[in-house]
Amino acid sequence: MSIKDIVIPPSRRKIGPAKSYNHIGKPMKRLEDPPLLTGTGQFIDDVVLPHMAHAAVLRSPLAHARIVKIDTSAAEALEGVVCVLTGEDVAKTNDPQFGSGNGIEQYCIAVGRVRHVGETVAAVVAESRYIAEDALELIEVDYEELPVIATVEQGIAATGDGILHPNHENGNIAFECNYDFGTVEEDFAAADHVIQRELRWGRTSGMPIETSGAVASYNPGRSKFEVYSNSSMYNYFGHGIAASLRVPPSKLNVIPVYAGGSFGSKMFAHKVPTLTATLARAAGRPVKFIEDRIDHMLSSDQHGPERVFDCSVAIKGGKMTSVKIKTVDDYGAYAQFGVGHHGNALSQVTGPYDIGSVRYDLKAVLTNKCQQGAYRGFGAEVSNFMIERLVDAAADELGEDRVEFRRRNLIPKEKFPHIIPTGNLYDSGDYQAVLAKALDKIGYDDFRAEQEAALKEGRYLGIGVATVQERSVFSATEYWMLERDPAFPLSSVPESVGITVDVSGKVVVDLHAPFWGNSPETVVGQVVAELLGVDPTDIIFTYADTDHGLPSAGPAGSRYTVMISGAVVGATEKLVTKMKRMAAVMMGTDEEDVDFRDGIFITRSGNRSKTIEEIATAAYNFRLDFPDSDDFSSGLTVQHVYDHPLTTMPADDRSHLGIFYPIMGHMCHVPVVEVDIETGSVKILRYVAVHDCGTVVNPLTLGGHVRGGTAQGIGSALYEKFCYDENGQFTNASFADYTIPSAYEMPPDIQIGHVETPSPYTEFGVKGAGEGGRMGAPPAVVAAVEDALKPLGVRIDEIPIGPSRLREIIRHSTGG
Amino acid sequence: MAIKKHELSVEVNGRTVRAEVEPRMMLSDFLRHELGLTGTHVGCEHGVCGACNVMLNGRSARSCLTYAVQVDGAKIETVESLGTIDKLHPLQQAFWEKHGLQCGFCTPGMLISALELLEKNPKPTREEIVDHMSGNLCRCTGYQNIIDAVAYAAELMAEQANG
Ligand code: FES
Ligand code: FES
Repeated sequence: MSIKDIVIPPSRRKIGPAKSYNHIGKPMKRLEDPPLLTGTGQFIDDVVLPHMAHAAVLRSPLAHARIVKIDTSAAEALEGVVCVLTGEDVAKTNDPQFGSGNGIEQYCIAVGRVRHVGETVAAVVAESRYIAEDALELIEVDYEELPVIATVEQGIAATGDGILHPNHENGNIAFECNYDFGTVEEDFAAADHVIQRELRWGRTSGMPIETSGAVASYNPGRSKFEVYSNSSMYNYFGHGIAASLRVPPSKLNVIPVYAGGSFGSKMFAHKVPTLTATLARAAGRPVKFIEDRIDHMLSSDQHGPERVFDCSVAIKGGKMTSVKIKTVDDYGAYAQFGVGHHGNALSQVTGPYDIGSVRYDLKAVLTNKCQQGAYRGFGAEVSNFMIERLVDAAADELGEDRVEFRRRNLIPKEKFPHIIPTGNLYDSGDYQAVLAKALDKIGYDDFRAEQEAALKEGRYLGIGVATVQERSVFSATEYWMLERDPAFPLSSVPESVGITVDVSGKVVVDLHAPFWGNSPETVVGQVVAELLGVDPTDIIFTYADTDHGLPSAGPAGSRYTVMISGAVVGATEKLVTKMKRMAAVMMGTDEEDVDFRDGIFITRSGNRSKTIEEIATAAYNFRLDFPDSDDFSSGLTVQHVYDHPLTTMPADDRSHLGIFYPIMGHMCHVPVVEVDIETGSVKILRYVAVHDCGTVVNPLTLGGHVRGGTAQGIGSALYEKFCYDENGQFTNASFADYTIPSAYEMPPDIQIGHVETPSPYTEFGVKGAGEGGRMGAPPAVVAAVEDALKPLGVRIDEIPIGPSRLREIIRHSTGG
Repeated sequence: MAIKKHELSVEVNGRTVRAEVEPRMMLSDFLRHELGLTGTHVGCEHGVCGACNVMLNGRSARSCLTYAVQVDGAKIETVESLGTIDKLHPLQQAFWEKHGLQCGFCTPGMLISALELLEKNPKPTREEIVDHMSGNLCRCTGYQNIIDAVAYAAELMAEQANG
């Protein structure tokens, strides 16, 4: 099998891009904002249930140890304590957490052994959080220390007690794969240059300002849990929490609340809701558990990737032909979602470049750290950094301008749709146009003179250019890279919507994924308004819990706007069909004689019409005015489930992975920086970000994503890193020590530009854009710093490069 | 052992509140859980993020680092004292117009910090705004729109004052 065998399915799009819209493409103010601005948005810690108790957890002070004995008696005796649970208790009532398997088992409270600092060892339920925390201090735990695996090298070499999960058959190797996509050896043999680099990407995470939390209750009569949670994807993986609680999915109702940011960290936060539900069942009353910041840093569900690369690119006649990538990933102590990182990487591993073959050798190693999960980019941001560093290195070694080298290697726009060596498809794009626009905006041609003049004054200015991909709309076949023969061959990634016109004629939209800082109401409001001709500010939104949930995977992998638009198109089509039928009867004419225009049903001749309100009144109240057929059943409610618009099966022999992440955004980020070589600090003077996200639904909110994501990318490049020492101690677990950027660290103006190449496969031609900024900023910023320090012969192969690390690099540089 | 409670009388958003609290109760918890004023948010509980900022006798303060008993006799204003959904305060209006929020979790603290700035300096420069607002963390917006919003709020408030 080869990628030549992939048959691109025909487009299922119903509505193509239009020249102009009434609502789509307008910078409409967000519908979500008024409650948030007035302090009336309901977040998880705002949920209060009658007779609710509060939980706090005891965290392991050791990175790796056997739990010999836990004495909870003093804690239990404290006035105000309701109950204390340990791993032993949990093992009696629960199954392992979602994502456990292959002998790697995780529970919401550690059973028998702790595997990272901060892992939950016991939980206390008490009348108040204050009392619960008092009680933690009364719990006595005897540990037997085990060898600490603080690095991937130690993980690979470990034996005996250094093996984190003795039941896992490959020791501390969580996962390993070796893929050759295309003619790698031949391409390298034929190359006239081979450029090689060793690169390092540091561990960070989403760090939303709101941590994860849950409020749970259990009704023993109905043997049913109700869990308020700021975890998302509950309509996709909620059954995973139910399984841990040993109940059928329908015995767990997950109720969404507003989430105060996620960026991946709440994408499927499962430990907190599972623990809270477990505690509620044990306590016999509702329980609230909200992580504090330190809980969240030490033991969230989702630390970002931590990876080293040994990679090389083959070049022939100035064109890149092949890449070899060897990567070792420091997974942390458990596997869960961490595996998703590499499927993401493989969806765009060759970047925007016309590269014919790829080798991908991956070793994922278990270490005594918190486990990995998602962080904005979900591993694809790391491969963007890798390929961009390699491209910059190649241009430098060939003695060529980095932009010129890119221009020659970008996939030309005539080549779309384009299948890359891994099998994934890039649907559309115009990469030269994006690059040209970005360079124009920053004034690239004038920069070298400015740089030279500054250097004469002893100032080190640099410019970086990153041209990178933003894959969007994942298909779950992505995970098939992990196994030849998947035990659970998941291939569904739907999104759903319900739309009701209520008795008063108001449009009510029922979403099946939560608000977590994105703009679901605004974006859906604009699309619904476009299709139904109603005022978007008049639409009412509800969020379905799992009891009423339709299939949905929520906002992840920059999929939501594309997928929910597809669902809304399907739903409004059904709704308009029914209303048109009713309008025809009401006006005494045939359906074919009725047009729907700007929210009015009107006869061809134009002399009779019905409004949505009039039809709603009749639909709910006057059944006998209509024919006796199910087409006219009372009410006006429709639902639509939209499945992935373009995906194909992976090859059986995994010679390719099929089409799994095809709606391909693109961006060019160009920062200008100044480096203070005495202190190692970096100031970003100017910043341009040009994106192609296809048809833009709302430029205001899209701009917010670009800027916010860029800020996070700048954080990853310059400021943020979770530090574990040689004993596995987490040495910077606070906002004072783990420094996310403040307003000070931001460039004064991130200038945004758009190029719109609509996707041929999605409604209106929309592409995903939610992760954009963070996927572009790290390679761009590092390239700019390197450019600034070129006179000193500095080469940068890692992030983050905080001031002290940059000083070190400068000291060891050839010219420093 | 029961902890002795202390009496407290404090003006919150223009109303006098009397309560008995444990000496260790944080002001953030008192406002949120005793008074139900959940607009004030808690992001770190160690004084860094500023999500918990409230006005304490006319100056912004971290309610997560302040004990409720410390505010006996004081005057507190929280986000709930600003505008309402139907009549937003110019700061809220400006944050809305300029897309100065995404998840909205940092927003109440941001609004309080901005209020403090504009009360003492109605015409701040961009640098002064950045300087003042850099004590509040936001993970969503990248700050630029927040800075724009504060500058715009200053304009709106000047217009209101003039007219
Ligand atoms: S919660 Fe008070 S400063 Fe973060
Ligand atoms: S808007 Fe989400 S943290 Fe600021």
